[in-house]
Amino acid sequence: MKQFSNRYIFIFSSVMVIAVAALLSLAATLLQPAQEKNLEIEKKKSMLESIGVPATRNNTEELYDKYIKESFVLNSKGEPVEGVNAFTVVLKNEQKKPLDQQYLPVFRATPDDGEKVIILPVEGKGLWGPIWGYVSLRSDMNTIYGVTFDHKGETPGLGAEINTTPFEGMFRGDQLFDNQKFVSVKVKKGGADPADIHGVDAVSGGTITSKGLEKMLSDCLIKYNDYLLKNRN
Amino acid sequence: MSNQEKEPMFSAKNLKLLTDPFGNNNPITVQVLGICSALAVTVKLKPAIVMALSVTIVTAVSNVVIAAMRKYIPDRIRIIVQLVIIATMVILVDQFLKAFVFDVSKQLSVFVGLIITNCIIMGRLEAFAMANKPWPSFIDGLGNGAGYGLILIVVSFFRELLGSGTILGFPVLEKLGVYSVGYENNGMVILPPMALIFIGLIIWIQRSRNKSLVEHK
Repeated sequence: MKQFSNRYIFIFSSVMVIAVAALLSLAATLLQPAQEKNLEIEKKKSMLESIGVPATRNNTEELYDKYIKESFVLNSKGEPVEGVNAFTVVLKNEQKKPLDQQYLPVFRATPDDGEKVIILPVEGKGLWGPIWGYVSLRSDMNTIYGVTFDHKGETPGLGAEINTTPFEGMFRGDQLFDNQKFVSVKVKKGGADPADIHGVDAVSGGTITSKGLEKMLSDCLIKYNDYLLKNRN
Repeated sequence: MSNQEKEPMFSAKNLKLLTDPFGNNNPITVQVLGICSALAVTVKLKPAIVMALSVTIVTAVSNVVIAAMRKYIPDRIRIIVQLVIIATMVILVDQFLKAFVFDVSKQLSVFVGLIITNCIIMGRLEAFAMANKPWPSFIDGLGNGAGYGLILIVVSFFRELLGSGTILGFPVLEKLGVYSVGYENNGMVILPPMALIFIGLIIWIQRSRNKSLVEHK
């Protein structure tokens, strides 16, 4: 093998790194619109799933426009905030702000059974990375109509079970409030009593993910406390 | 090898580069590389196929790139250069998947990024591309990527069929009516350890047919 001078090595590395950086930036810029579109469809699809509307990638936009008519942003006191698009609020960024400056998105939807539901986004931490989801509430602002969860990289077969129908289905009919007090929904290791309206079974082997999910629900939803209490009937 | 100037594109030697990884020099069953991703992405056939294609593309293209610049790569930083090329290719593949096959990219999640650490690719760069011309290197990359992909596809075919009762999402077993006679999907096949057992079975079959692969102490 030929010996190269240090100067050559420095120049070689610099040229290589600059060429690679240029190539990658070009690719990222060109592909960004398609990627963002995908993320948007994914978000709409999750919201539809939380109200029990199964959507495919092709009909998501159409179904979203049909079922989810209205969206708005609240502050932590439950007052509407003007001039902010709820769909583009990034929950992760909001959570870094002080509570009284956070934007809390709310989506109103009307599924086929005519129930007026609201969809609230939630985001938290699992074992390996972020977990997020949507919780839809019946018009009593208390009973869960449906939920959908997703995760970045929880362990397949264990923590990743949070985005399966059997797990998500357990939330249906559970309640967030005990009279006027916000109690959220707890995950119970070893199984929750089916009559328990504030508890669901934890995922076996996914304790940290389950606990993270419980914390995510309680942390995110309690911010809507004032709004939900005000609008309960 | 590099001084043979006039060699036909598909000479016997080049063809051997392509076919060897399918049989007696398979990256997974003989060289036992790339096992981690082989366990993780073989639950369903579709992600396995995409993974196989991605790894094949990355191996082939980075082999070509490295082979083309092999005379200019300073020996002392060659591993770094190889890694940069692999990482670039993988990021490009990842970006394309995110833009055009989003669902699959979600299922593969971290494993696309982990192609970077797949020993097969670096192994081929170091062992082959650094010493050969671009065209044989390209074939070598294709062969090794495909040899890896073949195992992935075989394993995932059985895991999807036995674990979920489907092939490419199509409910084959339900259509055959085996559930009505009491058959149930084997949930265990979905878990990663079962992939190891399948790979073990493939290795066993291969070595029982080709005794030269068996190591003697």
